[in-house]
Amino acid sequence: MAQESELNFKATELRLGLPGTDECEDMMISSVKNNNKRYLSETVEDNNASKDITSPETAPAPKAQIIGWPPVRSYRKNNLQTKKTESETGIFVKVSMDGAPYLRKIDLKIYNGYAELLNALETMFKFTIGEYSEREGYKGSEYAPAYEDKDGDLMLVGDVPWNMFMSSCKKLRIMKGSEARGLGCGV
Amino acid sequence: MGYSFPEEALEHVLWFLSSDKDRNSVSLVCKSWYEIERWCRRRVFVGNCYAVTPEIVIRRFPEVRALEMKGKPHFADFNLVPEGWGAYVYPWISAMSVAYPWLEEIKLKRMVVTDESLELISKSFKNFRVLVLSSCEGFTTDGLASIAANCSNLRELDLRDSEVEDLSGHWLSHFPDNCTSLVSLNMSCSGSEVSFSALERLVARCPNLRTLRLNRAVPLEKLPNLLRRAPQLEELGTGAYSAEIRSDIYSNLAEAFSFCKQLKGLSGFWDVVPAYLPAMYSVCSGLTSLNLSYATLQCPDLTKLVSQCHSLQRLWVLDYIEDSGLEALSASCKDLQELRVFPSDPFGAEPNVFLTEQGLVSVSEGCPKLQSVLYFCRQMSNAALITIAKNRPNMIRFRLCIIEPQVPDYLTLEPLDTGFGAIVKSCKELRRLSMSGLLTDRVFDYIGTHAKKLEMLSIAFAGDSDLGLHHVLSGCDSLRKLEIRDCPFGDKALLANAAKLETMRSLWMSSCSVSYGACKLLGQKMPRLNVEVIDERGPPDSRPDSCPVEKLYVYRTVGGRRIDMPGYVWTMDEDSTLEFS
Repeated sequence: MAQESELNFKATELRLGLPGTDECEDMMISSVKNNNKRYLSETVEDNNASKDITSPETAPAPKAQIIGWPPVRSYRKNNLQTKKTESETGIFVKVSMDGAPYLRKIDLKIYNGYAELLNALETMFKFTIGEYSEREGYKGSEYAPAYEDKDGDLMLVGDVPWNMFMSSCKKLRIMKGSEARGLGCGV
Repeated sequence: MGYSFPEEALEHVLWFLSSDKDRNSVSLVCKSWYEIERWCRRRVFVGNCYAVTPEIVIRRFPEVRALEMKGKPHFADFNLVPEGWGAYVYPWISAMSVAYPWLEEIKLKRMVVTDESLELISKSFKNFRVLVLSSCEGFTTDGLASIAANCSNLRELDLRDSEVEDLSGHWLSHFPDNCTSLVSLNMSCSGSEVSFSALERLVARCPNLRTLRLNRAVPLEKLPNLLRRAPQLEELGTGAYSAEIRSDIYSNLAEAFSFCKQLKGLSGFWDVVPAYLPAMYSVCSGLTSLNLSYATLQCPDLTKLVSQCHSLQRLWVLDYIEDSGLEALSASCKDLQELRVFPSDPFGAEPNVFLTEQGLVSVSEGCPKLQSVLYFCRQMSNAALITIAKNRPNMIRFRLCIIEPQVPDYLTLEPLDTGFGAIVKSCKELRRLSMSGLLTDRVFDYIGTHAKKLEMLSIAFAGDSDLGLHHVLSGCDSLRKLEIRDCPFGDKALLANAAKLETMRSLWMSSCSVSYGACKLLGQKMPRLNVEVIDERGPPDSRPDSCPVEKLYVYRTVGGRRIDMPGYVWTMDEDSTLEFS
């Protein structure tokens, strides 16, 4: 029978797919694979409540990728992927506060600017920072946020653009009292 | 014969004709005009390397000085053409090395160029001046070294978007010390680190250098050394735009940029550190072309930058620019002609930036000269497309890619037929169109009816039936290139419009419903077409005639079937039914 010989032909033909599958079955198999992926990511995601870096397997599964879609050339895709891995690692810096028994560590990447950073510091160490002005530094409190830059100098937080600060900040130090005043903290 | 127009006079007149179209028309007037024209044609453009053979070109045009040629189909850019498909330039170089000893220029796109070819070029043509390899592959830095070493009068070496195997960065050092002729050097696609001192000395001794596109490996802190030695530069591609934050590096860079008063075009900007952006602000007002498509800057930095580029005519940028950045662009850059917005996260399931159809609408409103658009986004509406069409009837290239296939108008949930219909109706000079989103046969009816100047059409995941394809093939009078993927188009429209295919350069159809039987029939009926079936599942005659082929590439040719096909490509010709009966 024609059908039988067709099947035999298929069993022995040279091809690039899994044996015993044809085009329609290939599509079914790939959609089943995707369902499994989604299931896996759901269960693992429930356990990942923290803000820690998520590994690729636990990130929400991307939709089944269609070859050549969207039509973006490979050298463009490669460029973006490199950037992505860079952005997955945080910029962790130590934060010390004068008089506190131990230090903390924060990830500068999660803040969008100085306001958010200072807010977070205030909450972490339970103090208030004064108002920033270029002329007088942080006025209205006995604390001044400072940082050590790449050259090892102690600088007042807030003077340079946020991005520049993020790349040059090596560690943070919340200064207190008379020393703080020396950095331009007007009380 | 009576009085006749002297040949010398005609030749003198023809000298002024540079357009291929004009020369082709001249050569059809009569036999003697054909003869005179062919002896004085110096530049030949071959749009499809398989449409003709080297022998035929050489026989007709014996005195060619410049060849421009294209190889693989456009969809090869998106990995739809398997490895080893073809488009080898070597047979052409080999034939021309004998026939055209005075060849000066070779410009290739999407071709396979081996080191052997490059070496042959460098040794065969004494007056060789211009090599442009656009989206090519197959060569290594060794091939580049032969070009550098042997082409003593080299003016242009441009490797834009090509894939080069980086064996060593030393290739640049092969330019001899007495080479001072360089006008344009584009090595942006190369990965290897070249000797910086060799690069510096090369730049310093080439006073006519106008275009310099560096690769990512050239560090930012060394860029001023090059700029100072080439203040006459008009086009610059930076290397990685990042360095340690240091004020001496910054001021050095800013000062060097300020010396480059002729700078019109900028590109590069890999790994950009925003702190160093202001260093280039001094050149912004003179820029006509800015390629930020590798710059992973955020919206505020991008907005600030483009707002200063009041003379901008062309902008390529990532979608980090967002709608607000595009609005600023539309307010600041009134001379803008071309905009390309690329996706920063093409495979992400959710939008990562605030870029919608509104950005494109703003630019279409604010930029009266906007005529060329490539836009990736995640939502679109018929209303937006209608507005864009109304604003910009001067549009000639419109390529819209909605990232998710088959998404409808997000406001009405209808197909985007009316929107694209408005584009083709209003933009009467439209030459190129790429569509996406949910589209029915109706949009193809609009296209066939109105898009009379359309030369290239790209379709994906669209249409309902053969009627869609029929509208396009029967209606688009100027159509030259048609590329289709994943559409329910089949045999009927293809066979009914077979004659149309001889008036086009090429047709690509992949993951459609064209049967093997129809391909055979087409190949039989149309001897001047090469009908090539690409199928990685094995010989198509091991499957029934009704089985659809994976991919089909049809092109007109005077060169006959090609002889360099890989194992997964079959040509359907007059003999094919005899072979498999």
